[in-house]
Amino acid sequence: MAENVINKDIVKEENLVYKKTDLLTDKPLSYCPGCGHGTAHRLVMEVIEELNAQDKTVGVAPVGCSVLAYEFMDIDMQQAAHGRAPALATALKRLNPENYIFTYQGDGDLAAIGTAETIHACNRGENITIIFVNNGIYGMTGGQMAPTTLPGMKSSTSPYGREVHSMGAPMKITELIAELPGTYYVTRQAVHTPAAARKAKKALKKAFENQKLKKGLSFVEIVSNCNSGWKMTPVQANQWMVDNMFPFYPLGDIKVPEE
Amino acid sequence: MKELRLMKGNEAIAEAAIRVGVDGYFGYPITPQSEVLEYLMLQKPEERTGMVVLQAESEVAAINMLYGGAGAGKMVMTSSSSPGISLKQEGITYMAGAELPGLILNVVRGGPGLGTIQPAQSDYFQAVKGGGHGDYRLIVLAPNSVQEMYDFVETGFDLAFKYRTPVMVLSDGAIGQMMEKVEVGEQKKRLTDAEVKERCPWATTGKDANRERNIITSLDLDPHQQEVFNHKLQAKYKEIEKNEVVLEEIQTEDAEYLFVAYGTSSRICQKSVQLARAKGLKVGLLRPITLFPFPTERLKELGKQVKGILSVEMSAGQMIEDIKLAVECNVPVEHFGRMGGIIPSPEEVVEALEQKLK
Repeated sequence: MAENVINKDIVKEENLVYKKTDLLTDKPLSYCPGCGHGTAHRLVMEVIEELNAQDKTVGVAPVGCSVLAYEFMDIDMQQAAHGRAPALATALKRLNPENYIFTYQGDGDLAAIGTAETIHACNRGENITIIFVNNGIYGMTGGQMAPTTLPGMKSSTSPYGREVHSMGAPMKITELIAELPGTYYVTRQAVHTPAAARKAKKALKKAFENQKLKKGLSFVEIVSNCNSGWKMTPVQANQWMVDNMFPFYPLGDIKVPEE
Repeated sequence: MKELRLMKGNEAIAEAAIRVGVDGYFGYPITPQSEVLEYLMLQKPEERTGMVVLQAESEVAAINMLYGGAGAGKMVMTSSSSPGISLKQEGITYMAGAELPGLILNVVRGGPGLGTIQPAQSDYFQAVKGGGHGDYRLIVLAPNSVQEMYDFVETGFDLAFKYRTPVMVLSDGAIGQMMEKVEVGEQKKRLTDAEVKERCPWATTGKDANRERNIITSLDLDPHQQEVFNHKLQAKYKEIEKNEVVLEEIQTEDAEYLFVAYGTSSRICQKSVQLARAKGLKVGLLRPITLFPFPTERLKELGKQVKGILSVEMSAGQMIEDIKLAVECNVPVEHFGRMGGIIPSPEEVVEALEQKLK
């Protein structure tokens, strides 16, 4: 394992302009090179660091590629059964209302097997933050069709492309939960460019700060790529995401609290 | 001064939850146990003790709320009846795998499938052999009175936290619905945050500078590590088998025949013992109060004393397998039971003994 060593002869400390947040562990990420999860993890941890909330935050990891999120985030975490993260988070928050509670879930977890838990946690207006990383595919199990797979998109279980007639249309669960009175702030972001990541971080920070207001659930979707599952290079995958995912899943705020 | 109440079993367990200082109850309606959630909602435990009570969207969600709360070191419980308990098995095995304490009440009804809403004991295998996937056990307590429904809340939580394991109270529709006199205990305070941290240093209460982060998980991708963990779990179950067996014996001293029954069946068998003895048959009753751990040792001894054992269960015969294992073929063991929500009469039980064993 590579050690995190700065060669002080080459890089002078006074010249350092960026530092990995201490809230990310030194364990090398298990994600594929080019995957958006690493950036998303960093942004979430930076936000918790900025809120000075390491000792008050409990995260819930899903089943999927980010099942091991607790290996990389230096905070107390629980690992949930597939799709059940919002149920865990509900109890965590209600039993310790002063804690910041978040779930970090993928599209299969949140929008297929966990649809009921997602919708009802949103509907009850649990004062938690849900972070939803949508890459349109089941990554960990090897690239199967997800509820968010685009029409015509190929996956290992839609090898000729998603045929809407028999397989159903992709589900825009973020728009769906935005309709529920229990959600307070709903936004869709991306992390493929520095500018997008900066915006996403602002959204994440707001989503965590909202927990103090006790006005309902904050939901941040991050549209991301899966170059391995999509069978593309990272560069191609990001371009494909911009050309195909963003038109279907447009970035921006979907529900913003009235000031 | 004793405080006596006339209560349903389902109400007693709910009242006990408040008085014992339970932090959270997460439930979903299903007959014949809906009174647990109804009673709690009516009592406003939020005002009485600060206890959280929530009607979940499903049994699956409720048990996963238990996982979340238990992972934070809180005293959390849920209740359901057979079809709902099947749905909870996912969360129960995850709790066993993550070594989380919690209390799960099953007010058993007849099955399989949607079955009937009348009392049955056909979930014995599911309760004592694991229920969900993987090698795990639950501590299983079998009340046979409304008083024990009340008492087993505290007993159950003590065991759950002592061993960091989920505990099941295996009741049935009769115990849940019948009304009896109950002596209720004094109101206890819920644990403070500091007390929770002290009792559960492993809990996700928020990582402060004094400790490493706490992780609640049942996942280990390294098979060697996973096997080490499995050995640890099995050692825990051995320890439980060694320390926690509880049983009741009625007129076994001179018994030539033995009924073995738990829960509602054991209440029937108390009468059957009297009827049999009036006929000159020396019959005793062994009632396992813990179904896991099972009273194997005592049954083995009694197996050498009696001429025959009748396992009386409201099922097709499930506990009988554990009785047979315990007596090691030293004595004939027969089953008598009714199914589908039928409670046997004491006379039927005596008749079965005469036909099958005499």
